[in-house]
Amino acid sequence: MISFSRREKKWMPYLLFLPVLIYLAGFVGYPLIKALGIAFTSEAGKLSFENFITLTRDYTFWKALKNTLLFLIIIVPLQVILAFLLALFVNSRFKGYMTVLYIISIPLALSDVSAALMSYNIFTSHGFLNKFLMSLGIIETPIYFFGLGLSSRAFWVIVLTELWRATPLVFVILLASLQMISKDYFEAADVFGFSSWQKFFYITLPLTMPSLQSALLIRTLFAFQIFSVVWLLSGRDIPILAGEVYYQQAELNNFRLAATYGFIIALICILISWAYITFLKTKHLEA
Amino acid sequence: MEKQRIPIILKIKQMVTIIIAGLIVIWFLTPLVLITISAFALPEDYYQIEKVIPTHFTINQFKALFFELEAWKAILTSIKVAGLTMLLSFVIGLPAGYALSRYIFPGKNFLKLLCLATRMFPLMVLAIPLLIIFMKIGVSDTIWGVALAHTAMVLPMIILISSSILSSISVDYEEAAMIFGLSRIQAFFRITLQLALPGLAASAIFAFIISWNEVFVATILTLTNRTLPAHILSTAMASPDYYKFTAGFIMAIPAMVFIFFVRKHLVTMWGISLK
Repeated sequence: MISFSRREKKWMPYLLFLPVLIYLAGFVGYPLIKALGIAFTSEAGKLSFENFITLTRDYTFWKALKNTLLFLIIIVPLQVILAFLLALFVNSRFKGYMTVLYIISIPLALSDVSAALMSYNIFTSHGFLNKFLMSLGIIETPIYFFGLGLSSRAFWVIVLTELWRATPLVFVILLASLQMISKDYFEAADVFGFSSWQKFFYITLPLTMPSLQSALLIRTLFAFQIFSVVWLLSGRDIPILAGEVYYQQAELNNFRLAATYGFIIALICILISWAYITFLKTKHLEA
Repeated sequence: MEKQRIPIILKIKQMVTIIIAGLIVIWFLTPLVLITISAFALPEDYYQIEKVIPTHFTINQFKALFFELEAWKAILTSIKVAGLTMLLSFVIGLPAGYALSRYIFPGKNFLKLLCLATRMFPLMVLAIPLLIIFMKIGVSDTIWGVALAHTAMVLPMIILISSSILSSISVDYEEAAMIFGLSRIQAFFRITLQLALPGLAASAIFAFIISWNEVFVATILTLTNRTLPAHILSTAMASPDYYKFTAGFIMAIPAMVFIFFVRKHLVTMWGISLK
């Protein structure tokens, strides 16, 4: 076999990257531009803001936006804090921490559909929670969590489900970064007589900050696209942006509005990313 | 007094640790255990409100779901799509990962940023235009269509993970091989690849799981050739409760089996790909 000459080595990396660039251009770049086009085209086929106007006039749009943001604001901070506490706990390397680690990671492999069904199993009228409470005599008739008019209760079941399902995602990121903090820092701290609190505030926290920030960002972006859990547990009673994309396309066959919804989701995601990067100065994202 | 106090504090610390660990384990395992019980429970037992834990079990729901409701078809579709995704993303992504780990070239940071940006992008925006494009080229409602979309989703992650895994394998091995007369390609395949295989295999399974679980795009892009989650999304809520649980269980099991196999690489993989 011939070995590559020095000159060929210069364009080798680009050659290796070429399939990726072609693929992404074709299956991400092109559809993106197309989505833009669809969102800005009216029924008659002309360039216009018609779709956006239709959207803003529909009160379901505002409901969906509000609900999506509500889920975001409640779920994400809770998750990050819980995940951080879990990561700190597991990082203390107590006996058997590996097993606990595996168990915490199981939801990583589960789809949101499975998680939704598991929650349904527990909270439905014949589910385990109701049966359990009734057998103890605490309640006489089942508590209903799902159904028309019960969207506020379903909301909290959804929050709980997401907490159960997605906290491990954040947990793993944070644990990885905690494990990378060099023991030398702590040993030096011991020499200087730092207390545990001081070690946490002056060593652990600052060094995990970049990781916390990217975990926050990523989790926010994903939480914004919440779909299956809400759809399966409450249908359109709790409208959410992603659900509306699905509804417009799959059930109303209105691909124009569906694309417009999708565009708005993408736009807000880009805005969120930009805001995080600008205000939190996560330098390592560029590294 | 000092000598007697210290062990007690340690013992309390130990107990608290065990209690917390126990609570964590219960919190994460309970829904799984419960749905397993419900998946196999006899419907009569389920509808009896006094029976908290069913005492009679059956695999009838399984059989019904599998054959009459054609879950086996959906499972097969899911396997094909996930397998294709895994293959495609590796064939396209591994070379790029190699480039990132072994070469320094202008535009490297930009490409890395591109991967990250694509990773953070909501895939659902692409679902609609992809459907239209696929209808034009004739791959809508096929396994290939969904696999192509999933590959687009998984590709940036595979590139970043494989670049990280390959970086951890010292270049010295390849250079030593090349001194002995192997070409770069040979050195890669005979040495580096073998060493990176466990990590790369884990990330391949990882890509498989992500495709297996993906529901939004799969539902929009297909009508008859549905993957398992898409199938469940559209049929589960309309079926009686006990079918729902069996369906949830069917979806969860393969994923948990896979995770068991890659558990050693879990923290590293998610840690890298989502940083």
